[in-house]
Amino acid sequence: MIEVDVRLQVGAFSLDVAFANGAGVTALFGQSGSGKSLTLSIIAGLIKPDAGYVRLDGDTLVDVATGVFVPVSRRRIGLVFQDSNLFPHLSVKQNLLYGRWFAPEGERRIDFDAVVETLGIANLVSRSPTRLSGGERQRVAIGRALLSCPRLLLLDEPLAALDMQRKLEILPLIERVRDEFDVPIIYVSHAVEEVLRLASRVVIIDAGRVTSVGEPAEAFNRIAGAPAANRFDRSSILAATVEQTSVAHGLTKLNHPAGTIWVAGSAGNCGSLARVIVKATDVILSRVLPQEISTRSILSGKVANIQFDGAIATIEIELKDDGRLLATITRGALEDLALKPGSYVYALFKTAALDERSIGMASAQVE
Amino acid sequence: MPDFPAALFELSPAEWTAIRLSLRIATVATLASLPFGILTAYALARCQFPGKTLVNGMVHLPLVLPPVVTGFVLLMLLGRKGVFGPFLAEIGVVFSFRWTGAAVACAVMAFPLMVRAMRLSFEAIDRRLELASETLGANRIWTFFLINLPLAVPGIIVGAILAFAKALGEFGATITFVSNIPGETQTISAAIYSYTQVPGGDAAAMRLTIVAVFIAFSALVASEIIQWRAAKRLGNVE
Repeated sequence: MIEVDVRLQVGAFSLDVAFANGAGVTALFGQSGSGKSLTLSIIAGLIKPDAGYVRLDGDTLVDVATGVFVPVSRRRIGLVFQDSNLFPHLSVKQNLLYGRWFAPEGERRIDFDAVVETLGIANLVSRSPTRLSGGERQRVAIGRALLSCPRLLLLDEPLAALDMQRKLEILPLIERVRDEFDVPIIYVSHAVEEVLRLASRVVIIDAGRVTSVGEPAEAFNRIAGAPAANRFDRSSILAATVEQTSVAHGLTKLNHPAGTIWVAGSAGNCGSLARVIVKATDVILSRVLPQEISTRSILSGKVANIQFDGAIATIEIELKDDGRLLATITRGALEDLALKPGSYVYALFKTAALDERSIGMASAQVE
Repeated sequence: MPDFPAALFELSPAEWTAIRLSLRIATVATLASLPFGILTAYALARCQFPGKTLVNGMVHLPLVLPPVVTGFVLLMLLGRKGVFGPFLAEIGVVFSFRWTGAAVACAVMAFPLMVRAMRLSFEAIDRRLELASETLGANRIWTFFLINLPLAVPGIIVGAILAFAKALGEFGATITFVSNIPGETQTISAAIYSYTQVPGGDAAAMRLTIVAVFIAFSALVASEIIQWRAAKRLGNVE
């Protein structure tokens, strides 16, 4: 477990964050400039904090008060950057084995073949990294960090430099790494979909301060109180059972206690649990069950809470029997519908608005 | 000057001696200063230490000083009656009027060129590669040998070639420090100078000049080829 409690002043920006992680993926979420990458650099040992400490599994890595500072090379923390930073003069195989050689003999518990197989890079090992595509490079970078048998794996926006197609290729691989290798991961990102899909715990950072910590669905719910400028981060996670896959249309029907959710593509086998991430800005509210409408995912519930910020209102809907859903609508629409806490509503969202990152199999950590 | 064209291509034994001596002096000067050049270039490119500006200035001094001044300083430091001369003589190292002294003079004169080329190639290495290496468990020393050094090899070779070419042509500092003794300290440059001072020496001077041009040009072409091949290997050129 990593415990972080650090302060750092860089020019006019002040960072003051404290959090701990658990098993699985902990996401550090925030807009660019929020201080999440700086926090990661402090954990990795690239930057010294002004005050505070970082501990990993009980070992102190930094403690300004007692003057402890473990250098980067002795921390055994794997770091994957946005650009993969593979060594251009070494082959893919040599890159993969680089960190392994430095890991203490008894700690090389992660198997080369297993990593290569999981990441689908077996056919790349004899190549030169300069001849790989962006997605391939990033897979090798993840493998390289993993094979150094780290005590903690830091992923710094590993998908940010890739196009959507590559993101969709690599996201499930990160899920597999999370589930197959016993390495806790800290995942830095400003993409809600990635965070909600991968993480079992989210630390939301804004302007150098931790604003919310907890389970993803909960932590993002709390953003509801944040300024309207952040409304695009407000999202909900819905857990639903796969009922049937309609091969003809490429759609999957999910059962949620409050209604039916349709998603494009596959979301797992029949009967398995799927997670769907819905952005609050994609949700439409209606007081009556709409007829003859193209939107097919309709859930029923009642208004639990309303928060205002200027022209925008964020409504928290308690779905029938299970879960919560956030919707942002304008204040005008709110008044026309006369919504109050306790009002019954139907929440609608377009299947086409859910990007593929938003749909995944539920991880072991989130039930 | 009878039969000029044939004489142009026939080198006399004395000229061969000067060429061999030049090559030996330049090779020894380059190889002996290589480790110091690499370390200095790396330190200037990557390390922060007190007195860095001073070190940088010292390294570049031979480039801007008149070579005769550099030669004279060497004489005062390493000569028989110099500051370190007597001590060095005691342990069996004598530089004055020896070819080894010529190698020292050439090494000092070529050092700035060597360090400059190497420093540029160390500076061109993406720092994040070093960070990646460190996060994978390699300390600074391992990172230097596994990442910095191999990636800087093209620049190191170019630096060495430039230094070699410079050492071949060195004249002022060498002649001041170790004089112009045929067979011991008389390099190509010194020999050319000597031939121009005697009547009828023009043909010999011309022959050595052609040799000097040939060696220098080969060195430059070699350095271009090495740079191009390295760029290609690292994927910077298609």
